[in-house]
Amino acid sequence: MVVFIIRRVLVMIPVLIGATILSFLLVDLTNDPVQQQVFEIQQSTGEPVPQSTVDALEANLYYDRSIPERYWLWLTGIGDTNGDIGLLQGKWGPSIEGSATDIGQEITDRFAVTLRLVLFATIASIGLAILTGVISAVKQYSKLDYTLTFIGFLALAMPIFWLASLLKEAAVQTNDALGTNLFKTYGSGTTGFKGNGWELFVDALPYLIVPTIALMLGGYAAMSRYQRASMLEVMNSDYVRLARAKGVRNRTVMRRHALRTALIPVATFAPLGLATAMGGAIVTESIFGWRGLGAYSLKAIQDGDSFAVMAYLLISGVVVLTGILVSDLLYGVLDPRIRYE
Amino acid sequence: MSETTAVNPSLEAEAITTVERGQWALVARRFFRHRLAVVGLVLFVLVLLFAFVLPYFWTWDYKIHPEIPSRAAPSLDHPFGTDKAGRDQLGAVMRATAQSLKVAFVVALGSTVIGALIGAVAGYYRGWVDALLMRVVDVLFVIPFIVITAAIAGAIDSSVKWYHMALILMVFGWLSISRAVRAEVLSLREKEFIEAARAAGGSAWHIIVKHLIPNTMSVIIVSVTLQIAFAILSETTLSFLGLGIQSPDTSLGLLIDAAQGVAFNQYWYLFYIPGFMVILIALTINFIGDGLRDAMDPRQTMVRR
Repeated sequence: MVVFIIRRVLVMIPVLIGATILSFLLVDLTNDPVQQQVFEIQQSTGEPVPQSTVDALEANLYYDRSIPERYWLWLTGIGDTNGDIGLLQGKWGPSIEGSATDIGQEITDRFAVTLRLVLFATIASIGLAILTGVISAVKQYSKLDYTLTFIGFLALAMPIFWLASLLKEAAVQTNDALGTNLFKTYGSGTTGFKGNGWELFVDALPYLIVPTIALMLGGYAAMSRYQRASMLEVMNSDYVRLARAKGVRNRTVMRRHALRTALIPVATFAPLGLATAMGGAIVTESIFGWRGLGAYSLKAIQDGDSFAVMAYLLISGVVVLTGILVSDLLYGVLDPRIRYE
Repeated sequence: MSETTAVNPSLEAEAITTVERGQWALVARRFFRHRLAVVGLVLFVLVLLFAFVLPYFWTWDYKIHPEIPSRAAPSLDHPFGTDKAGRDQLGAVMRATAQSLKVAFVVALGSTVIGALIGAVAGYYRGWVDALLMRVVDVLFVIPFIVITAAIAGAIDSSVKWYHMALILMVFGWLSISRAVRAEVLSLREKEFIEAARAAGGSAWHIIVKHLIPNTMSVIIVSVTLQIAFAILSETTLSFLGLGIQSPDTSLGLLIDAAQGVAFNQYWYLFYIPGFMVILIALTINFIGDGLRDAMDPRQTMVRR
């Protein structure tokens, strides 16, 4: 098992490096932060920007070097002049926001915020998907099954940004109608709120509810279909028939024999759902004004903040790869037929 | 999905007088028995007519006209109302649907061709070609495509056109298809008919294009439908975030973005109609895909259970 994990992690490293090279190339070829900065300075001062300023900007952002050189610098930090770049040394590179903004610090803070949203949404969607999937399977071809299936299809077809906008306004309306402030629709917590873990959680909860519902729907749809199919397959298997033939109560058969096995595919699917939710969080965070990773990446793209975009791509790549790894491992742990050498 | 429970009485007659039917005739027959898929197909054709034909018969286009009143409620002149700037919303929705659909079709077609070819080449050659191509797929899979497509789209100097969006989305669209086709080809390549083609002196290209890809057609066609849904949702999301198609042109995502905050006041139609169009397209396409998958599944018998 340990050997398997190590081997898989070793395979992941070249994939991750390849992904960073490719995205570095794409981000670099399509964005020029220096030019963008120069343009902004020109806009605000109304005068042509002196060459010395351009040179200083280029030196600060390492844009006086070629792309391969810059990538090497970004990865290793060997040969940097300002001491703020080099991923392997724990430095994320300069942000166009200036030296006051440390990309590493920003990413760490925001990762916690995003993780909260993504975890809640994934857990909620898995729970709901298992419930509706099992009900659909047990009551196959009933009215309830058709209704749930249709809801699943609807959720699959619904764009997250539309649903999130709708839910946001619905929450505002509900607040107005009830004269309460039950749902918070902007931000991820009260600004400047201090307290211990539990108080922080209680403070964050009203902010969490609506975005979570918006985000969970995308993952829910695919997963409930999956759960229904897997439950149906198990219900038609020989050992469930045997259990029935032995005279075990239907309920016990379903719970103890069928459901347990039917949960395996969904459990292995869940870590991947976490990775998908990371993508959905970009939209959800920007609509609900969360200071999370996704919103950060969007802002970085709009500002042409190349190193910040790279930081997001790296984090998200690690999350996706970890999701795939955990999913493979869970498969082995849960399914006794699979053995890793 | 929708199951026709009652056995068609004419089936028994068919069993006696067997008619020869080709594979595609069978697929079509099975597809048209799939009630939800047929409903999906009809609705989808209606959406196509709405987006591509109706504009020729409608007074207004998607542009701002000084004679159009601002924020007018739906009426006979403007069935979907008008927006703040003085656009006919029906004209705008038709144009937006057409633009989003064009992106979706080009992405679906392009990424399917790319994905099928790459998957077939990887599966047919195996060895280092396969390893290399599949690592490329892995690498692209790891990159969050919303962010990278947004970064590329944001860099296009002039306003982003629908074909820019289509090209960018295509780069990330072919991954799942190539995996699916490769898996099929890996087993197909060991079959006798491929061996026969090889023995007859068929070149690798000939075998891939004439023998392997046609035999993975069921996988490919289903994936086209999935790609259309994927592309519609991605394109509208990017446009909504301001990173896709830019004004003065329009897209369903842009229309929804423009209608932020009106869902519960008197301008609600500005928000719901474009959203409804997105959902309708994705929903009907998914139904069609579901029907096609069932219809092309060789394990399916002639009679649907």
